[in-house]
Amino acid sequence: MKANVYINYKDGILDPQGATVNHALTSMGYEGFDEIRIGKLIEIKFGNISKQKAEELTDKACRKMLANPNTESYRFDILED
Amino acid sequence: MRFGVIVFPGSNCDHDAYHVVKHILNCSVNFIWHKETNLDFYDCLIIPGGFSYGDYLRAGAIAKFSPIMKSVVEFANKGGLVFGICNGFQVLVESELLPGALITNNKVKFLSREVTLKVSSNSSPFTKELNIGDLLKMPIAHKQGNYQISDIGLKQLQDNNQIAFTYHQKEGGSPNGSVGDIAGIFNEKKNVLGMMPHPERAAEDILASQDGLKIFQSLLSVA
Repeated sequence: MKANVYINYKDGILDPQGATVNHALTSMGYEGFDEIRIGKLIEIKFGNISKQKAEELTDKACRKMLANPNTESYRFDILED
Repeated sequence: MRFGVIVFPGSNCDHDAYHVVKHILNCSVNFIWHKETNLDFYDCLIIPGGFSYGDYLRAGAIAKFSPIMKSVVEFANKGGLVFGICNGFQVLVESELLPGALITNNKVKFLSREVTLKVSSNSSPFTKELNIGDLLKMPIAHKQGNYQISDIGLKQLQDNNQIAFTYHQKEGGSPNGSVGDIAGIFNEKKNVLGMMPHPERAAEDILASQDGLKIFQSLLSVA
């Protein structure tokens, strides 16, 4: 059992890294990007636990530590082997 | 007034803060390792600058779970003075002793230079010896100093007089994208201060400025 956790700045919070990468790609001649936002992917592997337990644990980890609720949002996928 | 300087793995301005308290203010001060939990001896805790836990995940996010932080929160809730500088400010917002968040500077650069701060409130133990509008010169050295808070949160800070320092408009305001040019804030009771600039690096004759010393001296006048 695995979890992929995606964390990104909330809408309305400027993502300076994303804006810089967008600017760089545009200046390289790649056009058509509207907005680029850079977030984090956190991969978690679980021992022998149920899918429900994995969901609970991942959600708790996100709320307690992995994401800052003031500025970041998170979502995750639980993947069975 | 008995000071304690909290040391996390990765703190690196702990000795600067210790030096100012011990050798410039001539006050009692101890280093406190982050695994300790008894803070009964102290009147004022300094959470110093640096890179606690390598700034992994987010600056201050892991330090929040160090054993000492539970005691720091209790200490602050009982009215004890807590002073977070730079990474210390980041730890205080992650620990929710102060509102808002500190994210990457808007130009994605580590900024290391002198700034001018404007005193916004002197109704706190940290600023009572200062006047509103006073200008203080001291250095900044950070990459995650971009202070963000919701519009409602900003209004609360303003209404409760919780904005301690702003970056001076004459220098173009915030160098890092902070809302309202905020450089430092208090909690509601004003016994907790967090600021990104480094007053401990501007506290003696040999340095470019001694303006930072005024904050430490304000604290002494409380005792």
